[in-house]
Amino acid sequence: MAIKTRVVDRPTASASYVRATFQGLALTFKHLVDPHKVTVQYPEEKWDIGPRWRGTHRMLTTEDGKAKCVACGLCPTVCPANCIKLVPGVDEQGNRYPAVFDIDEFRCIFCGYCQEVCPEEAIHLGRHYENAEYERKDFVYDLKRLTSQTHPVCEMWDPADPKGE
Amino acid sequence: MNHMTALLLQVADPQMPPTQGMFVLFGLIKAGVAFGVYMLCVAYTTLLERWLAAWIQDRIGPNRAGPKGLLQPIADGIKNFMKEEALPGGANKVLFILAPAIAFVPAMLTWAVIPFASPLPVPGVGLIDMAVADLPVGFLFILAISSLGVYGITIAGWSSNNKYALLGGLRASAQMISYEIAMGMSTVCVLLLVGNVNLSAVIAQQQGQGWNVLLLTLAFFIFAISSLAETNRVPFDLPESESELVAGYHAEYSSMRYSMFPLAEYANIITASGLMVTLFFGGWDIPFTQWDNTPPWTVLKTALTLGAYFVKVFFFVFSFIWIRWTVPRFRYDQLMALGWKVLLPMVLVYITAVASLLLALDAGGVAHTSYAFRGAFLGMNVGFVVLVFWVLDRGRIVSPAYSRIERARIAHLREGAGRSDFAARKGA
Repeated sequence: MAIKTRVVDRPTASASYVRATFQGLALTFKHLVDPHKVTVQYPEEKWDIGPRWRGTHRMLTTEDGKAKCVACGLCPTVCPANCIKLVPGVDEQGNRYPAVFDIDEFRCIFCGYCQEVCPEEAIHLGRHYENAEYERKDFVYDLKRLTSQTHPVCEMWDPADPKGE
Repeated sequence: MNHMTALLLQVADPQMPPTQGMFVLFGLIKAGVAFGVYMLCVAYTTLLERWLAAWIQDRIGPNRAGPKGLLQPIADGIKNFMKEEALPGGANKVLFILAPAIAFVPAMLTWAVIPFASPLPVPGVGLIDMAVADLPVGFLFILAISSLGVYGITIAGWSSNNKYALLGGLRASAQMISYEIAMGMSTVCVLLLVGNVNLSAVIAQQQGQGWNVLLLTLAFFIFAISSLAETNRVPFDLPESESELVAGYHAEYSSMRYSMFPLAEYANIITASGLMVTLFFGGWDIPFTQWDNTPPWTVLKTALTLGAYFVKVFFFVFSFIWIRWTVPRFRYDQLMALGWKVLLPMVLVYITAVASLLLALDAGGVAHTSYAFRGAFLGMNVGFVVLVFWVLDRGRIVSPAYSRIERARIAHLREGAGRSDFAARKGA
């Protein structure tokens, strides 16, 4: 797109500072009595965030409350920021489960590859943005935290429905 | 014995001046009440400014502290008291600490002589003037005191041992000198009409003749502009111009010492508004009625005139803030040119015209309260307003930078703008 330049002729002969000032005062007064307020009163009101918003993670669970993760190791492999720490374990039935599953939210770049690659649809990014903590170590989410969070999860981009309709 | 009866009667009659002891007592009470109300108004003017700034800019403004944000000034005060007070190295400690007080006190002193309501009859005491001290030389007192405020600002700038602060302080003093003259001269027109420097007499004159803003619009206009300059408000806030001088004269101040400067500014705004109302808008006079300015005085009259005065002052405080959030700051040469080359000659011509007309009318034996007298001034006034705002003010009152470039050069520059990189790329 071409950049449009416009050379504005400054008024010389007809300019009156006093009258121009009164015009300006009228304009600001119009905004004063009829404000176009767009500010959202944040803690009370919030914007709706998009269905594909990529925020802090959640681990989905099965009906008996266990993490769906089978510790296949795909997400730490695909993670470009190397923020997932996974130590697999095997239970009595011989099923693999994550003995350690930590996500360092400081390292995470919220690309969503872990959710995309997960064969069990266990790890998800969340539609959530209020992440404040008092200490740095609290930003490393462990499995307990990942499974106990309840915020809605990110929807994946669907190639069949690229605009999300 | 006769003397004693007279004294007793005087004590009993609320329409007569009070005795000396009561005068002193009520003087102290008035000073205390006026001080409290004034400080409260100053504090809430800060909130008003923040609200109006927000609303003009389509924002919401402070609404968290207390209901609708009404406790914001108190929260600000507590915050400022809790903060650390920093003393810059190499600063002159005594003057650095003294400067905020020097800036603040004159604004408050000025308020002492402004009458704010009709006299209040107190049963058993007498008639109390509704001014802290209705001095016979009230107006001269104001001229003497109001120019002292700039000492605080200049001393603050100098004692900070900071080059930006010093520049801000110097600008404040230069600005004060330039505009004090035009301000004083514009009030000379009022004093010519009144023939007295007592502010109660100024109000009485306007009750008889109509408000001075109608008779002396140009004087009001010059007074208003000079007041903006004297209170260091936009478009004349060069002493603290953030974009070039960090924060100007108070760059080194912190905590409550810093907040004394904005408070002094708002105190000055209220005082300047009070002065404008007293000199040009009839003081506590309620317009379109003579009921409020004739004895016998009653408490109701006092209350209503106080209300009228408050409304008028509020309007001007509002205007100060409104102007601040509308116009940009002047360049320094514009500021000086406006003061010395426009306002000063204009006001000198105006004084001559007003004095000549007054002399002619007095020689013709026209009574000061007659319609012929008012009509003559109103007519001259309309002539001057048209002359100044429609004929003279065409790029001359405040001249832009390009007015100093020759016309041929401007045309050349415009051609250059047409051949800019953008235009070339668009063509290719």
